[in-house]
Amino acid sequence: MSNLKGKVALITGAARGQGAAEARLFAARGAKVVITDVLDQEGKQVAADIGDAALYIHLDVTDENSWAAAVKETVAHFGKLNVLVNNAGIVQVKPLIDTSVADYMKVIEINQLGVFLGMRSVAGAMKDAGSGSIINISSIDGLIGMSGGSAYCASKFAVRGMTKVAAMELGPDNIRVNSIHPGGIHTPMITQAGMDESVMTDIFSKVPLGRVGQPEEMATLAAYLASDDSSYSTGSEFIADGGLTSGFSLEH
Amino acid sequence: MGTLDGKVALITGAARGQGAAEARLFVERGAKVMMTDVLDDEGQQVAAQIGDSAAYMHLDVTSEQGWKDVVAATVKKFGKLNVLINNAGIITPAKEVHETSLEDYRKVIDINQIGVFLGMREVVEPMKNAGGGSIVNISSIDGLTGMYGASAYCASKFAVRGMTKVAALELGKYAIRVNSLHPGGVKTKILDDINLSEEQAEEAFKASPLGRIGKSEEMATLAAYLASDDASYSTGSEFVADGGLTAGFSLDS
Repeated sequence: MSNLKGKVALITGAARGQGAAEARLFAARGAKVVITDVLDQEGKQVAADIGDAALYIHLDVTDENSWAAAVKETVAHFGKLNVLVNNAGIVQVKPLIDTSVADYMKVIEINQLGVFLGMRSVAGAMKDAGSGSIINISSIDGLIGMSGGSAYCASKFAVRGMTKVAAMELGPDNIRVNSIHPGGIHTPMITQAGMDESVMTDIFSKVPLGRVGQPEEMATLAAYLASDDSSYSTGSEFIADGGLTSGFSLEH
Repeated sequence: MGTLDGKVALITGAARGQGAAEARLFVERGAKVMMTDVLDDEGQQVAAQIGDSAAYMHLDVTSEQGWKDVVAATVKKFGKLNVLINNAGIITPAKEVHETSLEDYRKVIDINQIGVFLGMREVVEPMKNAGGGSIVNISSIDGLTGMYGASAYCASKFAVRGMTKVAALELGKYAIRVNSLHPGGVKTKILDDINLSEEQAEEAFKASPLGRIGKSEEMATLAAYLASDDASYSTGSEFVADGGLTAGFSLDS
C-alpha cells in the first residue's frame, strides 16, 4: 500500500473534485496535507472535515507571491514539504476559430504557468527535505487531441513536456517529477466543459472499462507517485483513463 | 494490512530478479502467489523461503500445455486467479541487425513475446470467473525506445506494449485490466546475459536523472500497484520506472 506516513503534501485546486479526493486519501494514508484553492469556503470545509492533519491556504496558482507565501506557510505549519500535487486547472471547449487570445491565455495561465510556478516554488523546500515528489495533473488531452481544446490541449501537452524537463533537472536532488493523465472523471469540471451527466455517462461507457472514472481512482494513483513505492519513477506519464487512449475498435 | 489481501497472483520468471522480488512483496502485502520458472531449484527455494502463501511450479512460457497446467493448478491450489505478472524474459548479447541469426531472433521472440501472448490468453477464463483481474506485462524501456544491438529484444518488448493495448481493449468488458511495466536499468542477473558487470551497469546508469541503477524491489512496488484495486481505472497503458532515463536528453556535459 502506498504509505504516506511522515509526508507533507501541498495540493492545489483541492476544494473539490480530484484535489479534494487526494487530500482525503493522503490524510487517510498518514500524510499532512495543505489544501489550496481559490474557492475558500469549500476548501476550508474540506480541511475542517479532515481535521488537524489538514490546513487550508488560499492560493491563486498564477500568482508568484502567493506561491512563495503558501510554501513558506506550509513549512512553518508542518515543518517541511515533500509532495506537490499540481492539480488546479480549468477546461474550456471552444473551436479554434472562435478562441480569442484572452480565452486562450486564461487557460494557459492557470493550467500551464500555474504548474511552472508550482514546480519552481517548491524545489528549494524539497531540497531542504532531502527529496520530494512533484505530481503534475495533465490529462488524456496531454496525450491526444480533443476537438475544441486548442487552449486546454496546449496547456496539458505543455505540462507533460515540462514534467520531463523538471525530472531531468531535479533528479540529482532526488526530486521526482511525473505527470498523471486522467481520462473522463466524474468531477465538477465535466459540467464546466458543457456536458450533462447523461451525455458524460454515454461518452465514457464506450471506453474499454465501460464507465467514467471516479476522483478517488485518481487519488490512489497520485498517492502511489507521492509514496516511496515509486522511488525509481521520474519524468514519465501515468495514465488512468479506463483504456480510452489504448486504441480504437473496428467492431460494431 | 496490504492492498493485495485476497488476491491470487501467478508470476513467471519468479526464481530470481524482479520476479522473485514481486513474489516476496506480493505475499508481504497479502496475496497468494504461484511462482513459475524454468529454474526449478532456485524457484522452489524462493517459494520455500516465502512459506505457505507461495507455491512453485515449472513453466516454460513458450509451452501452451505448460500454461494450461499451471493455470489449472493455481486455481486448484488457491481457489482462483486474479493477477498475472508476465515477467519471464531473456536478452541476448548485443549483435547488430545484420549479424543476428534467425535462430537467435526467434528464441527471444518466443520467450519474450509469444510467452506473454500465451499467458494473457490462458488466464482470461479464470479471471472472468473471478469477476475481473489485472494482467501486468513486463516490457522495458526498450519497448519505448531503441537499444543498439537489440533488434530482437526491442521487437519483442515493443510487441508486448502493443499487445497490452489490444488486450486492454478486448478484456475491459470483463473488468480485466492490462498494463505494461517498463523498467529501465535494474540490477538483476539479466545484466550478466549482456556481459555487463555490476560496476559497468552502475556506471552506465549514473548519467540518468536519478543517478543510479534501479532495484528489483522498485519494480515490485509498481507491479503491486497495478495488481491492486488502487489502479482500478488504469488499463492499456505504459507504466515506466527508469530513473528518468527516457525523459529526454541533456545539453549539459
